[in-house]
Amino acid sequence: MADAALFEFLHMEMVAELWAHHSDPGPGGTPLLTLLRQIFSREHRTSLYAVLGQKMSLSVLEGMGFRVGQALGERLPQETLAFREELDVLKFLCKDLWVAVFHKQMDSLRTNHQGTYVLQDNSFPLLIRMASGPQYLEEAPKFLAFTCGLLRGTLSTLGIKSLVTASVASLPTCKFQVVIQKT
Amino acid sequence: MSRQANRGTESKKMSSELFTLTYGALVTQLCKDYENDEDVNKQLDKILFSYFLPRGYNIGVRLIEDFLARSNVGRCHDFRETADVIAKVAFKMYLGITPSITNWSPAGDEFSLILENNPLVDFVELPDNHSSLIYSNLLCGVLRGALEMVQMAVEAKFVQDTLKGDGVTEIRMRFIRRIEDNLPAGEE
Repeated sequence: MADAALFEFLHMEMVAELWAHHSDPGPGGTPLLTLLRQIFSREHRTSLYAVLGQKMSLSVLEGMGFRVGQALGERLPQETLAFREELDVLKFLCKDLWVAVFHKQMDSLRTNHQGTYVLQDNSFPLLIRMASGPQYLEEAPKFLAFTCGLLRGTLSTLGIKSLVTASVASLPTCKFQVVIQKT
Repeated sequence: MSRQANRGTESKKMSSELFTLTYGALVTQLCKDYENDEDVNKQLDKILFSYFLPRGYNIGVRLIEDFLARSNVGRCHDFRETADVIAKVAFKMYLGITPSITNWSPAGDEFSLILENNPLVDFVELPDNHSSLIYSNLLCGVLRGALEMVQMAVEAKFVQDTLKGDGVTEIRMRFIRRIEDNLPAGEE
């Protein structure tokens, strides 16, 4: 039974790993890079840095979120899974899933009734620690990738294939766009 | 309403598993990334082992503030008090379990925390031929980072792990030294 704070701090560390690999590694770098320098010879290092730079990326974060979302979805009792309509599933995400993961409900849910849904959170917990307003907009996507995957993963377990993206106009408000994929 | 009650329980269950699932996904991802790379794979255990210690440390450094704000625990006067707070308050608050404290060293500077299971690995499948120590080190880092912020340099390590087949999970804590604040000359 792990406290919510543990997830938030772990998520922060995972996102921090993205920054570490965006710039060319200098004499400093993350503890991981430092250790690798010690272990690997000069010839190996360049390719390793390139490899690592690709490893922790937005898509990797999204993929991890997807797996976690799937696992969370699998833990739901059977009766929850008997949704009558697609809209019910999205409402479930906005209420039950969001409360379970972020201890609050989604603030609004809109749809065009043609398979596209926009879920808006006016104070997204993973963005709260960053300053409000437009200053850190560039960094915001890094803090949303995992959660996009989480939504996509839970939907997947509920039998729905989707594409989930997020956008931020002004911290800490963000919107998740869920587009249902018809197979 | 029973549906309401049901919702509450399910929410709580999902919430508590989020951290362990995420941590498990992270380790699995790291192992997977490098399993085809000969050079890295040989060193992978060593890499991951060292990877999680500083990550855990960073988490611990932030976690202690959260802990002090929520627990109303006062300053600990000795290592025994610290042990009590770690086991009965901190572990309970963050992981919902209360390890027992045993095996005190004669000097009172070392003790063991005994847990029935490894709390981080409930839902995780350890990749073949990778040491369970990889998982453990995050927790060790958290303990070190958190205690350093309250002026204690400690070492934490897993000496037994149910994941490896041991009967219990045992974390050995060792007090290294008190970290003194640097006060200007002439102050007490």
